[in-house]
Amino acid sequence: MTSPTTEEVWDWLSEVPDPEIPVISVTELGIVREVRREGDTLVVAVTPTYSGCPATAVIDLEIEAKLREKGVTDLRLERRLSPPWTTDWIASEARDKLRRYGIAPPVEGTASGGLMAARAARLAGSSNLSVACPRCGSARTEKVSQYGSTPCKAAYRCTDCLEPFDYFKCI
Amino acid sequence: MPSLPDMTTPKVETLGGGTGVEQDPHVSDAALRAPFFDWLCRMGDNTLILSHRLSEWCGHGPALEEDIALANTALDLIGHTQMWLALAGEVEGQGRSADDLAYLRDVMTFRNVQLLELPNGDMARTTMRQFLFDAFHAALLEKLSGSTSLRVAGIAAKALKEVTYHLERSSDLVVRLGDGTEDSHARMQTTLDAFWPYTGEMFLGDDVDAAMAEAGIAPPPQDLRPEWDRVIREVLDEATLAIPERRADVHKGGKTGRHTEHLGYILAEMQFLQRAYPGASW
Ligand SMILES: [Zn+2]
Repeated sequence: MTSPTTEEVWDWLSEVPDPEIPVISVTELGIVREVRREGDTLVVAVTPTYSGCPATAVIDLEIEAKLREKGVTDLRLERRLSPPWTTDWIASEARDKLRRYGIAPPVEGTASGGLMAARAARLAGSSNLSVACPRCGSARTEKVSQYGSTPCKAAYRCTDCLEPFDYFKCI
Repeated sequence: MPSLPDMTTPKVETLGGGTGVEQDPHVSDAALRAPFFDWLCRMGDNTLILSHRLSEWCGHGPALEEDIALANTALDLIGHTQMWLALAGEVEGQGRSADDLAYLRDVMTFRNVQLLELPNGDMARTTMRQFLFDAFHAALLEKLSGSTSLRVAGIAAKALKEVTYHLERSSDLVVRLGDGTEDSHARMQTTLDAFWPYTGEMFLGDDVDAAMAEAGIAPPPQDLRPEWDRVIREVLDEATLAIPERRADVHKGGKTGRHTEHLGYILAEMQFLQRAYPGASW
């Protein structure tokens, strides 16, 4: 086959779902950082969400499987650490998909930004962060735990409809 | 949940942080090799041993939320371990992977501080140990984000985002338990008094640290002390806990391989599988 353009590769990658949140793709999640050619080799740079996230290895496998399925034979996946992934890279369309899936999307501008930010957040009580319930839309919600079902999520509860839900926390 | 991340996928070793974008001359600097390797083992062993201790809580936490938080923290730290030890292996240049370094070294070659190998005990001990280390860890990573070694800076910037959450959580818990019931307050104060003589080791510098500081790779550990003191003082005040009036630099030596009896037991469990079935993977 003729070599695909990088635009075609980006399109194909947008069909690869995140293994833990299958309603959004790896490109919407913002973890595919670059697609380029080095001679005959197609290079795809991927960044991890959390450094210990067990999904990272699965994502690599799924990206590889998708590109092989499309006929790419000469392929290299690159792990890119810098700059570190941030929830700001999640595409805006994906935020609605997350909400419809029952996960409250990250509230912008609340990423963990080092010591000073951590102190400020603690003193101000970051648990007072207003996260709208993805089910009923109520702003009356409370944090149950900063750590949830996966590294990227915190556990919340809605005090109106009483449902527990995941919040995609900012980093 | 699938298996541990990356520790078992060999290709990640070669991917390390090699972006092909920026080269890091420190990594191949022969004059720096010995201290840089040692220093990277200190970084990776601290996160590895604490991660292992936290993972011992998995399924035993006092509440579901705590169990999940402890496991998630352990997972973050194992991710950091993978990055630090993979880089250590690369700097050493003997072909050892992060797994080789984690599973096939003996106790005398481990470089973690002694505080982190102490048994979990109750939640007072687990929480206080975490807090004392988190405050140091966050201050260190913040400085390392500006390291002249781009590889070190990249790992630190990534890890700092996660460690910021660790510190937020452990600070909250210290306040809640310290300023909690009579029993929880007493346990927290007793633990703080018991751990205090271990904390000084984090700030002791030696030749390895001096070589790193000279190369601009890492700050001298003693420079982290004021920031640590500030965070510790602020949180302990709020937790109604008293800073012990005793020497902090009593129990030390972990950074150069002198450990408490506890580390051997950790390694016996952690390394058993790779020792008994060399090369086993899943
Ligand atoms: Zn609701």
